[in-house]
Amino acid sequence: MTFLIAVIGAGVVGTLIARELIKYEKDVAIFDEKSGPGRMVSKANSGIIHGGYDDTPNTLRAKLSYKGNKMYDELSKDLSFDLKRCGSHVVAFEEEDLEYINSLVEKAIKNGVEEYQIIKGETLKKMEPKVNEDIIASFYCPIAGIVNPWMVAHQAARNVEMNGGKLYFNKKLIDVEMNDKRYLLKFEDDFEFEADIVINAAGLYADEIAKLFGDEVPKIYPVKGEYYLTKPEFKYVNSIIFPIPNKISKGCLVVPVIDGGFLIGPNAQEIRDKKDFSNTNEGLSEIREKGLKLVPEINYRQDSVKTFAGLRPETAEKDFYIGKGEGNVVHVSGIRSPGLTAAPAIAQYVVDEIIKKEMNTKFLKRQDFNPKVDSFRVFNEEDIDLWNERIENDPEAGELVCFCNKVSKKDIKAAIKKGAKTLEDIKFLTGASFGECQGSYCSSKIVKILAEELNKKPEDIVMNEKGTWIIDSEVRL
Amino acid sequence: MIYNTDVVVVGGGAAGLAAALGAADENAEVILVEREDDVGGVLNQCIHNGFGLQYLKEDLTGPEFKEIMQEKIFNPKIRILPKSYILGVNKDKSVFLVNKYGVHTINTKTMVIATGARERPFSSIGIAGKRPSGVFSAGLAQRYMNLMNLKPGNSALIVGSGDIGLIMARRLTLEGVDVKAVIEIMSYPGGLERNIQQCLKDFNIPLYLSRSVKEISGEERVEKILTTKVDERFNYVDGEDMIFEVDTLISSVGLIPNIKPFDFLNHDNGFITSNTNQTSADWIFAAGNCTVVFDLVDYVAAQGEKAGRFAAKKALKNYEDDKIIKLQKSKNIGIMYPTYINTDFKGELFLRVKKPFNKICIEIPEYGIKKVINEAIPSEMIKIQLRDIKNFNEIIEVKAYEIV
Ligand SMILES: Cc1cc2nc3c(=O)[nH]c(=O)nc-3n(C[C@H](O)[C@H](O)[C@H](O)COP(=O)(O)OP(=O)(O)OC[C@H]3O[C@@H](n4cnc5c(N)ncnc54)[C@H](O)[C@@H]3O)c2cc1C
Repeated sequence: MTFLIAVIGAGVVGTLIARELIKYEKDVAIFDEKSGPGRMVSKANSGIIHGGYDDTPNTLRAKLSYKGNKMYDELSKDLSFDLKRCGSHVVAFEEEDLEYINSLVEKAIKNGVEEYQIIKGETLKKMEPKVNEDIIASFYCPIAGIVNPWMVAHQAARNVEMNGGKLYFNKKLIDVEMNDKRYLLKFEDDFEFEADIVINAAGLYADEIAKLFGDEVPKIYPVKGEYYLTKPEFKYVNSIIFPIPNKISKGCLVVPVIDGGFLIGPNAQEIRDKKDFSNTNEGLSEIREKGLKLVPEINYRQDSVKTFAGLRPETAEKDFYIGKGEGNVVHVSGIRSPGLTAAPAIAQYVVDEIIKKEMNTKFLKRQDFNPKVDSFRVFNEEDIDLWNERIENDPEAGELVCFCNKVSKKDIKAAIKKGAKTLEDIKFLTGASFGECQGSYCSSKIVKILAEELNKKPEDIVMNEKGTWIIDSEVRL
Repeated sequence: MIYNTDVVVVGGGAAGLAAALGAADENAEVILVEREDDVGGVLNQCIHNGFGLQYLKEDLTGPEFKEIMQEKIFNPKIRILPKSYILGVNKDKSVFLVNKYGVHTINTKTMVIATGARERPFSSIGIAGKRPSGVFSAGLAQRYMNLMNLKPGNSALIVGSGDIGLIMARRLTLEGVDVKAVIEIMSYPGGLERNIQQCLKDFNIPLYLSRSVKEISGEERVEKILTTKVDERFNYVDGEDMIFEVDTLISSVGLIPNIKPFDFLNHDNGFITSNTNQTSADWIFAAGNCTVVFDLVDYVAAQGEKAGRFAAKKALKNYEDDKIIKLQKSKNIGIMYPTYINTDFKGELFLRVKKPFNKICIEIPEYGIKKVINEAIPSEMIKIQLRDIKNFNEIIEVKAYEIV
């Protein structure tokens, strides 16, 4: 028997679940209300693959994050995204902080994490010359790493599509009907889809989606985290620097970004509105201050390129909630931090523990599943021969559009062929306008290329969502 | 492909064009590399007048200025490589670049960097609020309007009173965009006095000083901009909020010299050079807005021409670079250019004061210079002629003191 499977939500969690499912079933469809994969929680976070040592032992979180961390090596090779295991330090300023560090050791042991070390004095200075001199010790975890989180979702989605799955964007699920043990999924704009099994991986909205299926899952409330992104020129740190965390978050940290530059943040602020991605003056000054405490040399005035905010889907239980609903629906909810880390393990858990075991679904592995997808950015600046070869095949590979990140016209057009429609799509897929000038140079060129390739007017090109227009009209007709 | 030449000029804006002409005039072979389809740089999009009064002795628009320079550049000694981007420099005096024909090397004797400046993005200044569409840097809005015939919005607030911000206030108004105001965080305007008059006063556009953006709102497109007064330390002052209901924010919050991929050279913000435009590498010269942001294209072109001449002299072994002294700026000076002086040559000194002064005296005793300036403001450069002097080995201080 074969199944029609629908995954609601194309974040890292939804896309990796879909990829796990497509190893068995061909008819897997992913739906998202946004215009591309990884555009919500999975877009604005720290991009850290955590060590798995600090999750409360015996929680689902603890069980899945260390496992997820380990799965990233293979995943990054298969899905051709960059992973850098740069390591992380949780730093102690005072004697009493050492107590916390010791408690981390205990937790690490309980969570089965063996890769850690207590670092002191000169060794720490050698590893991280720019951190605050007052730091006396750190809990160091060498397996912690960094990725571009949306790239994980994007590549997983492409891999699903390559293996026969379907991707549906700008599709917001608004209602569900049950007919003959099958779900009729109703989306905005009168789009409908029938499925035998549904996975609800709707991130911030997973609790509301659960209700559409008549199920109750722990209520999700959003916790906002704000960030500064700095340019790559000045090297602040080599690894991830965490302060001693508080109850709601791991605290404001300083973390290298895989494309260069550094993130400083996030703070943690409970808010009401799931759509409130705004920066606040208080928040920005809080992270500035906390960042400086870790790395006193940070120069926000000179080095920052942008500020932004992300929302964490938090629950009172502070744990992931993954379970079967009334029918053949799985709710993957409350995927707070470290959801990015745990995502590959969550995907396996959903398929093995819930769908195969609990639902007793007979799944057979496909012989024709191809786990690999090529890199999206083919570009490697150092390799001149490769570049020459690319240009020989297509002269547009030698025409740069974004100079900060060296993105060529060919890369932009390739992204459009692969589905990019908005400025933000181009930014996330190619890195164009993600550099220091933040598109003040190249975005006009990108708008033009988008319009040409999509056969639209520049007035119809948007930044990301419907309504985020860029151009009003022609100046003169 | 491998090219050989005497001088490579990087960047074909006003400085680069003038550098190529200067170098060719000194009998050097020149290759000019420009990343855009055409030379001219920012001149192409500046369709207002005010260009060239000093350098070309004519009041021109940007494109006209470029046109005149471009005609001269059809010169057998100058070869232009458009749509080509310099990727890096090798220690053996070669540069490599990419264009649609591949990655190429130019072996050269000297180089002039004339890469101009880029705009500081508004997103970098840490403003609260949402991130809707409708926020443009002034230069980007200018490109949309003047080069692509596209209007970015219907009603606008301009943030920053630098020259491009002021020019865009007028330009947008002329094309039917409702420009509600220009706000400036400093207590004095950032642009030239003539632009305040011709772009704001003539069009009744209000200018609010000591005012900054506090928050941007708008779900999809910009809807409202909350602004507030700031004190001398740029802290928000309570009870002085003003809200502007606009769909567009145009920011003109500063230019940053483009120093990539040459950032191995000494730089402060821009490249540090001498009066002969030499950088910290003896074969590399730099000129124009990649060294310091100038007020006028005339200064930029003059510096470019000079850089081209010295680069050519150096390439053809007609130039000695050993008699160099350092100039030190005193505390009332914000920006000073150049930083080093080759005492064999004359030169010009450009200064920007740190804050407005009613009366300030610039004094360089070694040169016998004592110049009193009334109403000095940071936005207007002070230009001082330096003659050639002999026998100074020490650091020379450029003094600037207020006269009360
Ligand atoms: C500030 C911050 C920092 C973090 N740092 C880290 C970190 O460093 N490391 C780490 O491991 N984790 C981190 N996390 C957590 C991690 O980002 C999340 O756990 C993970 O991204 C969650 O992925 P997701 O797929 O569940 O959610 P999402 O990415 O939000 O995916 C859900 C998708 O569902 C779609 N959707 C919702 N409703 C509907 C509907 N009705 N119809 C159709 N589609 C719908 C949404 O558009 C969205 O694309 C952080 C989170 C935040 C906010």
